[in-house]
Amino acid sequence: MWFLKTSLLLLAAAPVLAQHSFTPGDVQDGERLYLANCAVCHGPDGNMVPGTDLSHGRFRRTTTDAGLVEIIQKGIPGTAMPPHTLTEFRSVTIVAFLRSLAETAQTASAPGDKANGKAIFEGKGNCQSCHRVAATGSRLGPDLTDIGANRRAVEIERSLLVPDAEILPQNRFIHVVGKDGTTITGRLLNQDAFTVQLMDPKERLVSLQKSNLKEFSFVEKSPMPSYQGKLTPTEVSDVVSYLVSLKGIEKQ
Amino acid sequence: MKTRFVLLLSAAVGMCGHLVAQVTFDRLLNAAKEPQNWLTYSGTMASNRYTQLNQIAPANVANLELQWVFQARSLEKFEATPLVVDGIMYTVQAPNDVVALDAATGRVFWTWSYIPSPETRVCCGRVNRGLAILGDTLYMGTVDAHLVAIDARNGKPLWDKKVGRAEAGYSLMHAPLIVKDKVIIGIAGGEYGIRGFIAAFDAKTGKEAWKFNTVAEPGEPGGDSWKNDAWKTGGGSIWVTGSYDPELNLTYWGVGNPAPDWNGDSRPGDNLYTDCVVALDADTGKLKWYYQFSPHDEFDYDSVQVPVLADVDWQGKPRKIMYWANRNGVFYALDRTSGQFLMGKPFVDVNWMNGFDEKGRPMRVPGKVPSLEGTLIYPGNQGGTNWYSPSFSPSTGFFYIPTWAGYASIYVKATDEYKEGNQYAGGTPRSPVPFSRSSQNYRKEDEGYGSIRALDPKTGERKWEFKMSDITEGGILTTASDLLFTGGREGYFLALDARKGRLLWKASLGGAISAGPISYSMGGKQYISISAGNSLFTFALRQ
Repeated sequence: MWFLKTSLLLLAAAPVLAQHSFTPGDVQDGERLYLANCAVCHGPDGNMVPGTDLSHGRFRRTTTDAGLVEIIQKGIPGTAMPPHTLTEFRSVTIVAFLRSLAETAQTASAPGDKANGKAIFEGKGNCQSCHRVAATGSRLGPDLTDIGANRRAVEIERSLLVPDAEILPQNRFIHVVGKDGTTITGRLLNQDAFTVQLMDPKERLVSLQKSNLKEFSFVEKSPMPSYQGKLTPTEVSDVVSYLVSLKGIEKQ
Repeated sequence: MKTRFVLLLSAAVGMCGHLVAQVTFDRLLNAAKEPQNWLTYSGTMASNRYTQLNQIAPANVANLELQWVFQARSLEKFEATPLVVDGIMYTVQAPNDVVALDAATGRVFWTWSYIPSPETRVCCGRVNRGLAILGDTLYMGTVDAHLVAIDARNGKPLWDKKVGRAEAGYSLMHAPLIVKDKVIIGIAGGEYGIRGFIAAFDAKTGKEAWKFNTVAEPGEPGGDSWKNDAWKTGGGSIWVTGSYDPELNLTYWGVGNPAPDWNGDSRPGDNLYTDCVVALDADTGKLKWYYQFSPHDEFDYDSVQVPVLADVDWQGKPRKIMYWANRNGVFYALDRTSGQFLMGKPFVDVNWMNGFDEKGRPMRVPGKVPSLEGTLIYPGNQGGTNWYSPSFSPSTGFFYIPTWAGYASIYVKATDEYKEGNQYAGGTPRSPVPFSRSSQNYRKEDEGYGSIRALDPKTGERKWEFKMSDITEGGILTTASDLLFTGGREGYFLALDARKGRLLWKASLGGAISAGPISYSMGGKQYISISAGNSLFTFALRQ
C-alpha cells in the first residue's frame, strides 16, 4: 500500500517539477495563491511594481523555474520583495501561473481611455443595472469595486465579450419554483441539504427551505449579455481600462 | 403588484419575510416598539437589554431547545452581541470578520473578512463586541483602530477610516453607537498608555465630525487634574457602547482607567475624565456634565459599563435616572439631566472607600492604595463587575448585575516608563487565590464566586442572588415575561425567574459565556441567542 501511495505522489509531483510542463490545474492553483500572496503588490497582471513586469516571461534575476521558486520563498534581500512561507509545491504552482501569464495576451486591444470607459459603464453599457461600484449600481451581479485588484484585464475583456466563457462559482444564479408555482431567479449565496440562501432581484437576502420548493436548478448561462458587436473594440478597451483601474476602497 | 409578489412568495415558499426596509435613525430610537428585531448593542438607546417579547415565559421555558449553532472560525472569545434586522442576523467573528446569517437557520449569507495590521496590540484578546447599523450600512471598529462601513446587503466595504495608531496600542473593541447621521465610537488601549477619546464620524463618508478627549490636556476643562506630561499617556479607554437620550440630545459614555493602571505616582490629581461617565452633546461632542466614580484610580476600576437609562419615579417624582453598577464595586443612581449624584451603595465587598461626601465624591480609606509589598483591596482587579452587560427590567423594577462576589486582589505597584507600543501598567495585581483559566475549578465560595445579583435600584438593596461556582463574564437579558437569561465561565446558559432568582432552565454549552444574550422573533416564534466559547447558539420553544 505504501508503494501505491508513493507512486501516486510521484505521479502527482512530476508535472510540476519539470520545467515548462504545467497542468491547467497547476495554473489555477497558482493563480489563487498568486492573488492571495502576490497581487497585493504586483497586481493581478503582474505589472504593478514599477520596473518589474512578471507578465511576459522575462525575469531579470533568473530564467529558471527553480530560480523563481527560490525568489518566492526567500525574497530578494535589500528590496521590498519579502520571503514567503510557501512550500516548494505551492511556489511551483505560482511559477506555473506566471509562465501562463506570458502565454496569454493581456488584452486583444490596446489600453483604452478609462474616463470614457466609466462613462460607457454608467451610460450606454447599462452595467449598473447589475453591477455595483462604490455604492452605486445593483448588488445582484458581482460587485466590481475592486475588480481590478482581483481579475486580469484579459479575463475582464473575456467576460465582456463572452460572458459564458467562465462563471466563477460565487457568481452562479439559481432558479427556484415554490410549490404554489411562484418563481424566483437570483444569485446563489449558500445552500445545504435542507435550505438555500440567495439574493433575489430586489437585492434582498432570502433563505428558503428546499422542502417548500418543487424546482431548484442552476442557471447555466450567464445573466450577463455579450457586448460583442454592441460596443466598438475601442469602447470595449475603454471599459476594460476603467475596470482594471478599480482597486477597491481607499483607506482614509 | 410588486407588493403582492412579495407576500405571495413569503407565504408560498416559506421564505422568512425579509422585508427590505432601511434601518432609519427613527427605527433605532424606537427599537423597543419592534421587539422582533435587535437593532443596537444593548437593544435600545436606553441600553437596558430588555425585550418586550414574552412567548418564552417561566411556565414554558423548560421547553427551550437548540435551533442552530454558528461555529466561528476563530479561537478568540466570542464577545459580540449580534444585531437582528428583519430576519437577518449580523455578527462579528473575532477579530473582525462580519457575518450575515439567516436568523431562522443560522446559515451564512455572506462573510466579509477584515485583516488587521500585524502591528495590532491589544491587552485582552483580539475580540470585537458588535456592530451598529444605519440605513443599509453596518459599522465596525477593528482591533487595529479602523472604523469600517460595510454594505449590509452584500458585505462589501464602503469606507475605511483610520481612527488611531495600532502600533501605539490604539484599538477599537465595542459596537459603535448611531446618533442621527453620525457613528460614535471610542478608542481603547489604556494598558498601552494611549490618550483616549470618543469621536463621531459622518455615517455616509467617514469624515470626523467631532472628537472629545477623555484625557483633558492643560488649558482644557479638567486639564489641571493631571500633573507633568502624564495626560499625554493618560489612558481613558472606551471599551463598551454608550447610550443616548433623545430629549436631552445627550450621549453617555463610561471612560476607562488612567494609565499607568496600578501606580498613580506619575499622575497626581483626579485624572479627568478617566473612570467617569461623560454626558456629551450628540451634535458637537461638547461636555455637558461628568461624574467621576473613582478619582485618581490605581485599581483598574475603569467605568467600562453600559450606561443604563431609566425614567422612573424617584422619591415621589418622575425623574430621568442613570443606573450604574461600577467595576469599583458600588451601585450608583445619577440624575442624567444634570449628572447629580443621587445614591451610591456597594453591591459587593468594598474596602477602598467608606462613604461619600455631600457632592458624591467617594471617601477613601487611608492606606488602601497599591504598595511595593502589596495591599489587599476589595473588589479585586476585575472589579465587582466589568464590561458585561447588566439589565434593568421595567417590569420587575430590578437592576441585575453580573457580579464577582467576595473577590479581592493584592495590588503591587512598580515603576514603568512609557515606551510606545509597550504595556504601561505600573505594577501588577495578584489574586489571593488565582482564578483558573483551565477547565477545572477548585475554589471555595469564600474566595470569591460569580453570581447574578438583583437590586432594587431605588435603594441599592439586594433582592436576590443566584450563585455560580466559577466567575461570570456573561451579560444579562431580561424579558417582559420576567425571565432572566445569562451565563458564566462554567459554560451554562441559564434561565432564571427574574422576580425570585430561581433557576428555571439550563443548557451546558461547553465554553465560557463572554457575551450578552439577545432575543428576536421571526414568523411568530421567539428566539434567544447567546455565544459561548467560539460559537453562537440560538434557542426557541420546542414545537
